[in-house]
Amino acid sequence: MATATFRIWRGDASGGDFKTYTTEVESGMVVLDVVHRIQATQANDLAVRWNCKAGKCGSCSAEINGRPRLMCMTRLNELDLSQPVTVEPMHTFPRMKDLVTDVSWNYKVKTKIKKFAPRKPDAPDGTWRMAQADVDRVQEFRKCIECYLCQDVCHVLREHHMHDQFIGPRFLVYTAAMEMNPLDTADRIGDLRDSCGIGYCNITKCCTKVCPEEIKITDNAIIPLKERVVDEFYDPLQRIFKIFR
Amino acid sequence: MSSIDVPLRNGGFGNTMRKDSWWVEPLLVFCGFAAFIVYSTWAALQGNHYTFGPYLSPFYSPLLMTEKPGWWPAFVPFSAAMLILWAPGGFRFTCYYYRGAYYKAFWADPPSCAVGEPRKSYWGERSFPLIIQNIHRYFLYLALVFIVILALDAYRAMWFDGHFGMGVGTLVMIVNPILLGCYTLGCHSLRHLVGGRLDEMSKKPARKQAYDCVSCLNRKHMLWAWLSLFWVGFTDVYVRMCSMGIFHDVRIF
Repeated sequence: MATATFRIWRGDASGGDFKTYTTEVESGMVVLDVVHRIQATQANDLAVRWNCKAGKCGSCSAEINGRPRLMCMTRLNELDLSQPVTVEPMHTFPRMKDLVTDVSWNYKVKTKIKKFAPRKPDAPDGTWRMAQADVDRVQEFRKCIECYLCQDVCHVLREHHMHDQFIGPRFLVYTAAMEMNPLDTADRIGDLRDSCGIGYCNITKCCTKVCPEEIKITDNAIIPLKERVVDEFYDPLQRIFKIFR
Repeated sequence: MSSIDVPLRNGGFGNTMRKDSWWVEPLLVFCGFAAFIVYSTWAALQGNHYTFGPYLSPFYSPLLMTEKPGWWPAFVPFSAAMLILWAPGGFRFTCYYYRGAYYKAFWADPPSCAVGEPRKSYWGERSFPLIIQNIHRYFLYLALVFIVILALDAYRAMWFDGHFGMGVGTLVMIVNPILLGCYTLGCHSLRHLVGGRLDEMSKKPARKQAYDCVSCLNRKHMLWAWLSLFWVGFTDVYVRMCSMGIFHDVRIF
């Protein structure tokens, strides 16, 4: 059985450092398996948040060799085990203990986005009718597991800490899911420009690159929303067309 | 939005725990863009060797005037390319793909994903000057006209002294508008304008079809952006080399 060395960040909100663990590894293991093995055999007090081990709950987000990833979806054969593998908590959120961060800021942001407001039901039984083609576009956004890796890698939040001015890619996807929904009647375009700060996104596509659900965050959510903001605020021709529509 | 208290941890340009060669991509982008900007500026300022037989360099098309007009400012060097290059240049400069790429490669904002930045302040595209990027769709309208113009140039490149023919240069001229078309017709703004702005595209089948076509090209937007950028430069090089007598344009028939 082979061995591998892992450098895992240990500490809390007041500070911490990397500690080195060497452990046996087997083929087919993922990083979360290794963390669990270290927790079971060498560091019983190692804090790690996890749940499904299947890439669907979004709990085990961390930074592995500096890249935001789900620990349960990072197989060891993708990593260079001849070098120590670093595992640390997400940078964008306050650290609580070891690999666990406080992501509650995201929940607060979500409460401030205008809720889904469906039009009146299409049928007397209170149901709606939607074409599959229209459903398909917003369905992509429903794949989000809220792992917040996109929030973690977004440099507006990670480097510039503009949490009070920018909602981040996750909530732009959330807004796109409602804004592009054929049933929705609420208008969030003004909010997108002002309180949501969509103009801070400079389209580096880092969010798209780290999304474990492979949602095309930038191309299918953020840029289309930016274009809707342009329609509303920055395109004089569109305004003229609207008058004659 | 809600505030949050997160102590700054990265604190330094290039600071990262990434172990891969994260600097390769922005470096290649920097070299690619820099090479094109330097060459295209030089070629645009030459004012000569932009035609050869039926071929016209895309840097000089449409050829509006060859002599310096009276109203042209004396301190600005004149060439026919200076009159038109701002339009396709502006289209690329404000393109969503290029923006993301050159913010990383030229401005290190960020240098790469999860890598520390050199500056603490950040304005994004929310205020001047980058709020001007929202003009992209207007450059798109111009870029669409340029595809037609360059397609006509390709057609003219098939006529040698009134006789239909085909040279290697003709093929070069034909590929140019095709690649530019794949790039321009996959534009994010066009995708929005043809159908993306609708929530119920199913009720407008023609626009849904157009949206699907643009989306298809849009999925490879980066590839088309690079291929078309390279080819437009190569087309100028080919015409210039033929005009200077360095290349011999082979007639296929």
